[in-house]
Amino acid sequence: MTPDTDRRDRLALTWRDPPGWWGFLTTVDHKRIAARYIVTALLLLFLAGMLALDMRWQLSWAENTRMGPQLYNESFSLHGSTMLFLVSVPAMEAMALWLVPLILGQRNMAFPRLGAFSYWLYLGGVLTLWVAHALDITPDLGWFEYPPLSGPNYAPGHRADIWAQMITFTEVAALCASVNVAATILKMRPPGMTLARMPVFLWAMLVASLMTILSMPAIMLVTSMLIADRLVSTHFFAPAANGDVLLFQHLFWFFGHPEVYIIFIPATGFVSSIVETFARRRLFGHHVLVLAILAIGCLAFGLWVHHMFAAGLPRLGNDFYTAASMAIAVPAGLQIFCWIATMATGRLWLATPMLWVLGFVATFVLGGLSGVMTASAALDLQLTDSYFVVAHFHYVLVGGAMFPLFGAFCYWYPKATGRLMSERWGRVAAALIVGGFNLGFAPMHLLGLMGMPRRVYTYPAGMGWDGLNQVATLGSAVAVTGGLMFVANALLSYWRGAPAGADPWSASTLEWAGESPSPPWNLAYTPVVDSLTPLWDSPTLRVMDGIAIERREVVVTSVIDAAPLYRQKSASPSIWPFVAAWAVTAMFIGSIFTPWAIVAGALPIAAALTGWFWPQRGHAKTGPLRVRS
Amino acid sequence: MRARLPIVCLLLSGCTGVQSALDPGGDQASALFSLFALMMWVCGFVYAVVAAGLIWALWRAWRRSGTDARGDGSATHGTDGRLARLLPLAAGAIVIGLAALITASFFADRALFATRAQPALEVRVTGHQWWWRVQYRGPASGGWIETANEIHLPQGQTVRLVLGAADVIHSFWVPNVAGKLDMIPGRINVLDATARQPGWFRGQCAEFCGLQHAHMALAVKVESPAAFRAWLARQAAPAAAASGRGAAVFATACAACHAIRGTIAGGRAGPDLTHVATRRTIAAGTLTMTRGNLQGWIAQPQAIKPGTSMPAIPLDPADADAVASYLMAMR
Repeated sequence: MTPDTDRRDRLALTWRDPPGWWGFLTTVDHKRIAARYIVTALLLLFLAGMLALDMRWQLSWAENTRMGPQLYNESFSLHGSTMLFLVSVPAMEAMALWLVPLILGQRNMAFPRLGAFSYWLYLGGVLTLWVAHALDITPDLGWFEYPPLSGPNYAPGHRADIWAQMITFTEVAALCASVNVAATILKMRPPGMTLARMPVFLWAMLVASLMTILSMPAIMLVTSMLIADRLVSTHFFAPAANGDVLLFQHLFWFFGHPEVYIIFIPATGFVSSIVETFARRRLFGHHVLVLAILAIGCLAFGLWVHHMFAAGLPRLGNDFYTAASMAIAVPAGLQIFCWIATMATGRLWLATPMLWVLGFVATFVLGGLSGVMTASAALDLQLTDSYFVVAHFHYVLVGGAMFPLFGAFCYWYPKATGRLMSERWGRVAAALIVGGFNLGFAPMHLLGLMGMPRRVYTYPAGMGWDGLNQVATLGSAVAVTGGLMFVANALLSYWRGAPAGADPWSASTLEWAGESPSPPWNLAYTPVVDSLTPLWDSPTLRVMDGIAIERREVVVTSVIDAAPLYRQKSASPSIWPFVAAWAVTAMFIGSIFTPWAIVAGALPIAAALTGWFWPQRGHAKTGPLRVRS
Repeated sequence: MRARLPIVCLLLSGCTGVQSALDPGGDQASALFSLFALMMWVCGFVYAVVAAGLIWALWRAWRRSGTDARGDGSATHGTDGRLARLLPLAAGAIVIGLAALITASFFADRALFATRAQPALEVRVTGHQWWWRVQYRGPASGGWIETANEIHLPQGQTVRLVLGAADVIHSFWVPNVAGKLDMIPGRINVLDATARQPGWFRGQCAEFCGLQHAHMALAVKVESPAAFRAWLARQAAPAAAASGRGAAVFATACAACHAIRGTIAGGRAGPDLTHVATRRTIAAGTLTMTRGNLQGWIAQPQAIKPGTSMPAIPLDPADADAVASYLMAMR
């Protein structure tokens, strides 16, 4: 399905961005936006990783003086807030933003300008936190700032406000991205890709997006209540005025626990794609994998209380939340079963992405099992808030989500850049990161059981914690070395890698049908799908035509059967998302200092949105399908 | 292998310590340790099964490495039927394993609260940034008497710890004796602890509570009931009458924040110092109790524990010396 030159030229004319800086600021190309997301997130991953290494250095010896308490508290707060809110979640959204239209064979997302808006707003959140850090107003109360510690009486100054507003930024950005992804997957699947023929990757992104939409309002509410307590003296969390500090914890974890799965579920999508490709066979248990993702998505909303077992809540709920938390092991265990079964019965090709999956299984299962331990309401009283929990959540977040993300990076890198990464350096980096991570974090289980609480900047001599902490530091250093090698490999391969061709892995899904790197219009024709693995099952991809190439157009299909419904105009480049995002940024930052910023800041936002949605004259109605614009 | 590390360690008994969940010295900690041991066995077994599956998959891949590794992927698979029959078995095994663990967790949870219906010695512990206010009932008067940063528990008897917080959230954790429980402003939590193993243990605040969260430790002494009664009787007594330069300086420089029963010093902002010299540590586990440390702490609290609420009071050396002597006599 190679398009003729004439069609190519006409598509290029329609889908090109304006040249230069103006094009950079106005683009609505989902690939360019996603690339920005990923580069920003990787840069922050590096910075927050350096903070972690610094903290490991501090903890290597009892009574070490590398850091004082203020610097240490700022470091772990910045590390946690960055990793959870500015790296993990946005990186997963970025992968969706990049890959969903490609896997759907579509030209762009459902709401192209919303995608641009979400990135600029995310960037506003990034700058809020890190410019504040440069100005020495770093949040210093951890990645969840429990009141009353974060309330007006115990956290004077603006550190806590910076944290709370950074959350607001990233959550609005995440909501925009999630609505976009969910709408794209539900309404823009190619003809023939019924729900039953939807790859696991898309299910994962759909469920994660719906979970984001359902859970994010809780945290936006709770950080807004915190800001209100701090800024306009409400008393939501003030015990002296009959406020309740536990309300914060309930609302925070009602978001916070689903968030873990919002990070993990996309990773299961990456793993499913990689396993299918490198086992050279269709996934074993496709339906089981899909149902497992749906089950995790539902269960995730019923177990937030397991973060609060030590808070002394009524015991009636203990066994319910214990059972609900452990129940996650059923779908997760079945997923592992299906992946291993696929690997065992296929013809396994141990390329770098597959090595990451092996590292993922070996590491994530440990994190899952320590999760079963912390899920017990009784046993958690010894484990929570100790280094055991630090080990547990790094095992599930790094082992369960970052390893698949790195694997996905290697897997789709040829599609994004048109070049192959070095296999040799890729293998070395994977071995160093997986090995170093396990060396670094396994001892922390033991440290926690031996009584070391989390978030301590130092500990006295004679506790018996020194040796294990030194092993942990050594492991972290090994993993960071591997990480640098990974980045160097990605950078060098960008210029010097071997050309990849359209489909270097002989994979099965539609993103591999077009040229690499994908041109701005993605595929020249809209593909028609009749199986789960279209590139494997038909020798030549069937396509449909009728979508305009003289103007930006996408095809909209029905939710369940993916029957073509109508042609939809796709938004053209615009500066308004950029302007609107900075107007919102100004309002959010202003509201750290005065409540009147919400009133004054609403005016520029209203102006920007008016410009954004200014009505445009419809175009001529041509083609076999009716036109809506 | 990694999952077995704690078990290996237990076999080597290298994890005994004064602040360790692996070295239970109380009924509640023992119940939790048994649950932990069960979990380790079950989870270790599960990990071994997964690892075996992964190795099986890799072995099959290696055995087939002669064939074209980059086939078209469309081959049908004769083993899928057998695997599909295995799938419900895997699901069933997971469910049964989890049901066993949930049941065990339920019984451990009950064990933690088994003593709740019986009367028990009540001890109030209140978290402050960054120290612990401790209150016992005086054996003679029946009124509350106060000490700080150290609790004594009678061996073999259940103590009911009534936990509160004065400022922010803290968490009471003495892992050798019992699991942790949060101390929450505006709420009261109750933790029953039955210590069995005599000796000194260490507790530490487990919920991040601000700048000096790391320096909020609690000394815990488990001793025979007779020794406990003797300790409590001594703590309940007012301070021995003292006069002289130390008492005078204390009354002007320290008494606004610190109380010493039997004197005019009645401040409540800081720890009660009535029998301070009998305590094991200074500043919630920051320093051991020696004359030199005490005088150093009085002179330079902000250098030793930056951010502590204790201000550096400018005292001339002779006054500081006198106050330290006065406090070291508080036995």
